[in-house]
Amino acid sequence: MAKIKFILNNQSQEIDTDLNRRLLDVLRNDFNLTGPKEGCGEGECGACAVLLNGKIVNSCSVPLANVVSKEIMTIEGFSQTKRYEIIKEAFAEMGGVQCGFCTPGMIIATESLLRHNPHPTIEEIKIGLSGNLCRCTGYNLIVKAIQQAAKKGDGLW
Amino acid sequence: MRDISRSINKVDNDEKMSGSAKYTADLRYENMQYAYTLRSNIAKGEIVSIDYPKLPEGYFIVDHSDIPGKNIVKVIYDDMPIFTTGKISYLYEPIALIVGPDKAVLKKLIEEVKVEYKIEEPIFAWEDSVIHYEFSKGEGKLAFDKLQTVDFNYETSYQEQAYIEPQGFVAYMEGEKTTLIGSIQCPYYVKNAVIQALGVREDLVRVIQANVGGAFGGKEEFPSLLACQLAVAVNKVNKPIQLIFEREEDILVTTKRHPAKISFRAAIKAGKIYALSVKAGIDGGATIGLSGVVLSRALIACTGAYTIDNLDVSGDVYRTNTVPNGAFRGFGAPQMFFAIDMFVEHVAKTLGVDPLEFRIKHLAKQNDFTSTMGIFRDPILMPEMIDRALKDSNYKAKHKLYENDGSYRGIGMSLFFHGCGFTGSGEQNIIKAKVRLKKSGDLVEILIAAVDMGQGVKTSFRKLVAHILQIPIERVIFNNPDTDFVPDSGPTVASRTMMIVGGLVARAAKEVKSRFSESEFIVERQYEQPEYIKYDEENFKGDAYPAYSWGVNVVEVEVDKYTYQVKVKKAWSFYDVGKAIDERIVIGQADGGLAQGLAYGYLEVMRHELGYIKQKNFTDYIIPTAMDMPPMETHLYDNPYAFGPYGAKGVGELSLIGGAPAVAKAIENAIGRKVFKIPVTSEYIMELINNGEN
Repeated sequence: MAKIKFILNNQSQEIDTDLNRRLLDVLRNDFNLTGPKEGCGEGECGACAVLLNGKIVNSCSVPLANVVSKEIMTIEGFSQTKRYEIIKEAFAEMGGVQCGFCTPGMIIATESLLRHNPHPTIEEIKIGLSGNLCRCTGYNLIVKAIQQAAKKGDGLW
Repeated sequence: MRDISRSINKVDNDEKMSGSAKYTADLRYENMQYAYTLRSNIAKGEIVSIDYPKLPEGYFIVDHSDIPGKNIVKVIYDDMPIFTTGKISYLYEPIALIVGPDKAVLKKLIEEVKVEYKIEEPIFAWEDSVIHYEFSKGEGKLAFDKLQTVDFNYETSYQEQAYIEPQGFVAYMEGEKTTLIGSIQCPYYVKNAVIQALGVREDLVRVIQANVGGAFGGKEEFPSLLACQLAVAVNKVNKPIQLIFEREEDILVTTKRHPAKISFRAAIKAGKIYALSVKAGIDGGATIGLSGVVLSRALIACTGAYTIDNLDVSGDVYRTNTVPNGAFRGFGAPQMFFAIDMFVEHVAKTLGVDPLEFRIKHLAKQNDFTSTMGIFRDPILMPEMIDRALKDSNYKAKHKLYENDGSYRGIGMSLFFHGCGFTGSGEQNIIKAKVRLKKSGDLVEILIAAVDMGQGVKTSFRKLVAHILQIPIERVIFNNPDTDFVPDSGPTVASRTMMIVGGLVARAAKEVKSRFSESEFIVERQYEQPEYIKYDEENFKGDAYPAYSWGVNVVEVEVDKYTYQVKVKKAWSFYDVGKAIDERIVIGQADGGLAQGLAYGYLEVMRHELGYIKQKNFTDYIIPTAMDMPPMETHLYDNPYAFGPYGAKGVGELSLIGGAPAVAKAIENAIGRKVFKIPVTSEYIMELINNGEN
């Protein structure tokens, strides 16, 4: 057990817990943030994706020790931003959401991609999404949604 | 009036994107306990003894001796026990649940259980036929007399549904009532299975659908097993219990697409296939469940999108000591359409005639007899769809060029249909779907058991009713089904939801419209088979389906010259689904189906070794990522069906069926060798290049 501090969705937090625990479990169980999902538990599917200091990570593969003094943003926090609004509208307009289980992770991946590359090509979008599995859509409409978000949100990233 | 196909935003977009939508694993209850499953570690034998560790207080073992009702999961062919009574017939068969408050303690307890077995020799060969079907058309066997024949054999492999949300339930008691919330396709399948397991009155079991994170058939019959186990446990423990599979357990123990072996013999007369003999076998796994129905659908599809006048058809479901196989989008059709579409091409090549012309010459036409002597009653738009496919993809020129240019590029086209709804008289005799619309003041609530598992039921049904009533969609209510409130409108399977349930809802909505000035009332409708549908299950005679959806896929690939890795470069799709209730929803679902179909054809490798599934997670069972998927051009054709709402036919399964034959044909074009099995892996391509036939 150890006390650690980190920033979660723009608020500082301090908890006393086992630092070997998975970030995903801490988010879901201690903070009741159930937007990040467990799909595989092995860092393959990306359903548990969150932003760690602005970059996408699979929270099922991050031990809590790795987030000491860092900034974590989950979909719950990100959904309060202007960029989320743009991404949300683009996903809705293009039909990027089906069962929704991969969707929070896909949106986190979109934010991480656009933050580092505001004008991605189709190939770059596909690389940016390649850590997030979706079984419903075949990705086609998600790729279109991200192209649309990049266009509509020009200047925001 | 605005055309119903024009797309609207899905009604559940916001909650799904913001992460606030609750799936089964997100539900929290006071004093919630967890359950893990104790499983066999042999494939066949008897349990001699089980030595459980001493359980800490608050921990429970739940096994067959706790089942108050029947120890059988009610499916169709009822041969799966809820917990084994001692006999083991596949690896990881469930023995007991261990229930308690701490997951880590439960895992440790499971490891400490010692089970002693009397081991028997497991059977993996396909020898033990449990179900055998046969039928003929026209002259049957006699048609082969003295004619030139061509024979080829085909094989298909396992496929895993790979929904991203693993299987799971939460169960709790409400007084005497057992309530289950879970990731399911069929609330009433679960309810009826639990009633039988508990041996209780109908009103003492309640099943609620949580948001479902993908299903694809994988949550059709399998969840009934989990629900029965958990229902027994919650009656013993009397506290809320959550049972969620981890991915590895999910892949190792849940049902998969049946591997199949299919042999054809064609008799040739006047440059056409005069007669066809079909022998199909599928691996049912250790319990048969839905396998017989899967085999029927496969056999009925044995002529593919073609008409052949004389048929001699037989098929078997084999029992083996492997994980039970079950429902997966397409339900036997993907196996058969791969095989027959390759075979017709291979017959043409053997005869030395142009395969495309040969296939078009055999295409099914309106008023032709189906394989079971039913009739294709509605117009068939395939010629128009094929013309467009050939033109858009520049198929002919590319196919010819790639045959000789040594570029390892290839193009392939698949032609297919899907029989919409249940096979045969299932809808009329077994399901008897019932729907209700409830008007209260300004609002109309849709009460049906259909599940939105991503395919957009919530949006398309609300849209359908709003469109008929000419009211805003906000005034139409649709909650996730809860068996305490919705009638049994049947399972969410078999491409039946919009065509059958939607048809009933549309008819009910018309009555609501005619009485719209009344403020409180309920309208109910029950399924009635169209008069003309007559089907004899036993002899495979008559109309097996009320309607058919049709499709054409063209796929272009490039095979790496050194590694033989396949890259899909582009896909064109053309579908006749009657009428899309929402175009964007249908296209999204279709592109996803094609992705699964393509991957079935070349990417998704799963096999067992002595009953042990070798692929256990997404690290070794490879489903497509965004980088594997080509750009897709997808087109829908209107061809209204009289009994579907606005003419809608089945959508869900159609788009998976053509992927595998299209990609296999494209690879065949690229490497100049006949392809006989899927998935067409790099290893198989190497084998074909070294030893295959042209």
